[in-house]
Amino acid sequence: MAETVPLSLDQVPAIDRKYRIQWEEAQECYVLLFPEGLIKLNGSAGEIMKRVNGTSSIADITADCEKSFKQPDLEQDVIAFLEIAHERGWIGIK
Amino acid sequence: MSADGLESSSAPPSAPQKVGHPMWLLAELTYKCPLHCVFCYNPIDYTNTFNDELSTEEWICVLKEGREIGAVQLGLSGGEPLMRDDLETIIGEAHQMGYYTNLITSGVGLTEPRIKAMKAAGLDHIQLSFQDSTREMNDFLSSTRTFDLKNKVAQLIKQYDYPMVFNCVIHRLNIDHIDKILDMAENMEAEYVELANTQYYAWAHVNRDHLLPTHEQLIRAEKIADEYKARLGNKMRIFFVAPDFYENRPKACMNGWGSVFTVVTADGALLPCHEARMLPGINFPNVRERGLKWAWYESEAFNKYRGDDWMQEPCRSCPEKTKDFGGCRCQAFLLTGDATNADPVCDKSQHHEVVLAARDNAARKSNVIPSKPISFRNDKNSRQLSADGIV
Ligand code: SF4
Ligand code: SF4
Repeated sequence: MAETVPLSLDQVPAIDRKYRIQWEEAQECYVLLFPEGLIKLNGSAGEIMKRVNGTSSIADITADCEKSFKQPDLEQDVIAFLEIAHERGWIGIK
Repeated sequence: MSADGLESSSAPPSAPQKVGHPMWLLAELTYKCPLHCVFCYNPIDYTNTFNDELSTEEWICVLKEGREIGAVQLGLSGGEPLMRDDLETIIGEAHQMGYYTNLITSGVGLTEPRIKAMKAAGLDHIQLSFQDSTREMNDFLSSTRTFDLKNKVAQLIKQYDYPMVFNCVIHRLNIDHIDKILDMAENMEAEYVELANTQYYAWAHVNRDHLLPTHEQLIRAEKIADEYKARLGNKMRIFFVAPDFYENRPKACMNGWGSVFTVVTADGALLPCHEARMLPGINFPNVRERGLKWAWYESEAFNKYRGDDWMQEPCRSCPEKTKDFGGCRCQAFLLTGDATNADPVCDKSQHHEVVLAARDNAARKSNVIPSKPISFRNDKNSRQLSADGIV
């Protein structure tokens, strides 16, 4: 099975083509949609995933989260989540 | 900020029952189908719906209402959904509304112009079903000559850049070919493979003696599937769904009645699962009378087996009831005659012996052809079996 690969700040994640992320008004959360399945993302997971666009680096994503939530030092949280997302195949790394 | 990702979608055990969103909507667009699968899950009396199918406008209307109450995954199935020539229109509208659209097809009728039109309309995904990897078995089990055609369709799916879910319903007649089935899926570069053991409802229930594998067959197949899983990992994800007849606890059917899933049948009935219509004494709402929203939140049918007030012993006082919701209501009804009983797959059920007897039967008959001939799903058998009162 897939293993956790350590990620670093200069890498650029992209949502895997099998997945689509979308805001769901009725449920007030982001969901990750894929063939015959969906995963509800919790607040912070949704915020990170919606910034994954295939051009922003992990450093950019982190900086943007820190700015939006007026919270410093989110680097470890962002990397930890993206490593899980990568392991599960939701994102690829360029 | 914590970011472990998943939120559970089921209600906490002791919270007052809060009705969730019907996130999954399965549109069974038509029960017409060129195939005649012996494990077909369509209602035995499916021919009754032929003159009563929802119109394009009626489908669009129910999909719109679904979005409003939180439906997001849309399954387009049947029968064979390609038998409807407004399929592309329905896909286009659903896509505009924000659904993730899944076409569940046997591939019969999937020509290049149609796949091109569906792609343009925004179709997200196609699931192609196979009966087996060998031509003879595939054609026998669906009682047609479709195998070459399916191979061509699989190429089209790739050509139009779709992720492909390769689905094969597994039973005793094909389970020993599991390695060949997986090889074929790998050759076709399938991204997901569902090896779904037959669930014994409707036509599969009628044909159960022919279809239930032996325990040995099952163990061997699962082992092979595990080897492929280990080798292929994320490249080709394999889901092996074991038949619950070999479990001692039931499946959490539909994640609970009226919890996340709703079916709209070809003639507009609204059901909490595809088989529910067989349950006696429930008046299932129809989109032509009152809408989906009313059905989901207010109707007696959708509220009937929510929560646990309806349960009998042993479920009522069982600590596991929040995990499996007492199993499947339809299976409880089919095997015990009462839908409020525990699903007899559970070894706490006083009816569990019916499941044990089916296993014994499968083991004894490992080399013998069952006495009753296999019933292909077709219009003639549909009328005959329904006249005999079979559900
Ligand atoms: S299971 Fe077979 S016969 Fe039934 S609807 Fe599907 S393809 Fe048609
Ligand atoms: S007794 Fe009922 S609730 Fe308990 S495990 Fe069995 S089916 Fe589930």
